Amino acid sequence: MLNFTIRRLMFAIPTLLVISFIIFAILDLAPGDPTASLPMTVPPEVRAQIRSTLGLDEPFIIRYFLWLKQFMITEPLNLIESSFGITIGEGDRLRLTSWATRSPVVDLIAERMPQTLWVVGMSQIIAVLIAVPIGVISAYKQYSWIDQLGTLFSMIGFSVPTFFTGLLFIVIFSVNLGWFPSIYDTNHVVEDWDSFVFQIKQMIMPTMVLALFTAAQISRYMRASMLDNLNQDYVRTARAKGLKEQTVLLVHVLRNSMIPVVTVIALNIPTIFGGAIITEQIFRVNGIGQLLITGIVGADIPLVQTLTFIFAALIVLFNLIADILYGMLDPRIRYE
Amino acid sequence: MRDDVEGKPLVEVRNLKMYFPIYKGILRRQVGQVKAVDDVSFTVHEGETLGLVGESGCGKSTCGRAILRLYDPTDGSVILDGTDIASLNTDDLRQMRTDMQMIFQDPQASLNPKMTVERIISEPLIEHRKGMSAKERSDRVGELMDAVGLNRTFANRYPHEFSGGQRQRIGIARALALSPRFIVCDEPIAALDVSIQAQVVNLLEDLQQKMGLTYLFISHDLSMVRHLATRVAVMYLGQIMELAPSGQLYSDPKHPYTKALLSAVPEPDPREESRRDRIILQGDVPSPANPPTGCNFCTRCPVAQPLCHQVSPDWREIEPGRFVSCHFAE
Repeated sequence: MLNFTIRRLMFAIPTLLVISFIIFAILDLAPGDPTASLPMTVPPEVRAQIRSTLGLDEPFIIRYFLWLKQFMITEPLNLIESSFGITIGEGDRLRLTSWATRSPVVDLIAERMPQTLWVVGMSQIIAVLIAVPIGVISAYKQYSWIDQLGTLFSMIGFSVPTFFTGLLFIVIFSVNLGWFPSIYDTNHVVEDWDSFVFQIKQMIMPTMVLALFTAAQISRYMRASMLDNLNQDYVRTARAKGLKEQTVLLVHVLRNSMIPVVTVIALNIPTIFGGAIITEQIFRVNGIGQLLITGIVGADIPLVQTLTFIFAALIVLFNLIADILYGMLDPRIRYE
Repeated sequence: MRDDVEGKPLVEVRNLKMYFPIYKGILRRQVGQVKAVDDVSFTVHEGETLGLVGESGCGKSTCGRAILRLYDPTDGSVILDGTDIASLNTDDLRQMRTDMQMIFQDPQASLNPKMTVERIISEPLIEHRKGMSAKERSDRVGELMDAVGLNRTFANRYPHEFSGGQRQRIGIARALALSPRFIVCDEPIAALDVSIQAQVVNLLEDLQQKMGLTYLFISHDLSMVRHLATRVAVMYLGQIMELAPSGQLYSDPKHPYTKALLSAVPEPDPREESRRDRIILQGDVPSPANPPTGCNFCTRCPVAQPLCHQVSPDWREIEPGRFVSCHFAE
């Protein structure tokens, strides 16, 4: 297993290099000008000067390698220096900066990360908590009204886009009922019980919008996997052993059914870090997704490039984790 | 072969029926039922092996499962030692499982792939022998593994790490864990190589002698049943056609279906084989969803009379211990 992991991680390096190059090339080829959002009164010479200070005069390949150096070497070194309070080499390096805000990209991401992790991460946890029971009961009582209800739930959750459910939630719960705030306040600090309650309140809507969507998918996987296992011979064996129906279902069937579902969940995790672009936009959660949108609108290539590359790296990583989990959960699968 | 063994009845199956509903259409209305087991009655005596033979799809396995109430029978009763299993509530039924067990056909699929051998064998003990300490349990697992000829050191392995024959031994050890008295062997050797089949059958025989087990041995392998069974029941389309002591059934079959079935067994001697008269049945087995009126076998019976198409024959004892379901057998 260790060898397998190390080999896969080594193979990931060229993969990620190719990905980073492709992202960079696409962003470079795409139309867009970092000075486009400046006022019309700014003369063309000034614009050209701005572009040249951003390094846009350099050839494509040099800009790519500069980004690569900054992201792969400068930023990790900087991270080590700031977290251990030591200085490596000169200690003064040119950091990867956002064109629009002129602040280091990594700092921007670090600022946005907590909101995204809280809202989107919580939504994934809630999604699993909703989806697993629905899937288990739906499969156990296949074609019963409760199964039909579960199917209806997942069809609605799956087919209605989050921008619609988000607005619907705002109209119902904020405008009409006035239960929850429609805008997520990032500056809110949790210091006592009341502020904690407020934090929960402002998290509920964005979290539920995302959770319903994810739960719809996972519950289908769960149901299918349970149905697969319920008809297996070993379930009959378990019943013949004289076990309680609950034990048969939860120990034998559920544990075997979780194997494919856990990997689906693992593959979903990069989307947590990626943020939910649309949902964050609707509820004004200034997380990673919103940062990405801002970067795209402002043609902020270093920011977009870095974010996109981090998503790619996470997807590669969680694919590996899903494979390893599969190997740990299913004794029939062995990697070497 | 022990034709003479005539213990007291351990399991009595009376008018057992197992119908599966067929649902069709948008509203999934019930449009009919598959009569997998249709009015079956027989007795299994203590210490004997009752062979249950028949072609694929005739309801042998369903019958075995319904007897152990792995299915809920549509009608009829199964009396094990004075208790009617067919009408027991789930909790009492779970307690009864210590007395009756099953060895399954597919040794791969019938073992939970996520459990080690130790877990598989000890799980019934955890459930039903609450007083046992962990040490006693692990000793018992070791004993059982010895009894079925598995190396004790394999206890922490998973089922997929074993060969087919070894897996079937795990299945047998599991079935024996609670020291049951009655075991339904549902084609335990069908999925195994011939060389392994003999080993497993011999193991089953040894265990029967040592532990005084009673078997219902379901198989389509006529020669294996002949070797193993005290008495044999022949099943066709959900009903038992003939039930007789093994020796008599093979030497002197009474029912036309049994005759046809036995004529299909090849002779080892080529000269005998060339002289063998095979009774070749015409047509296909009718659908159990729509069995013929009268005798179930009448559509293919070589000696069918008009009566057979109208009246279902009674289950009668033509000689002591010999039961036939045919109007004309004597």
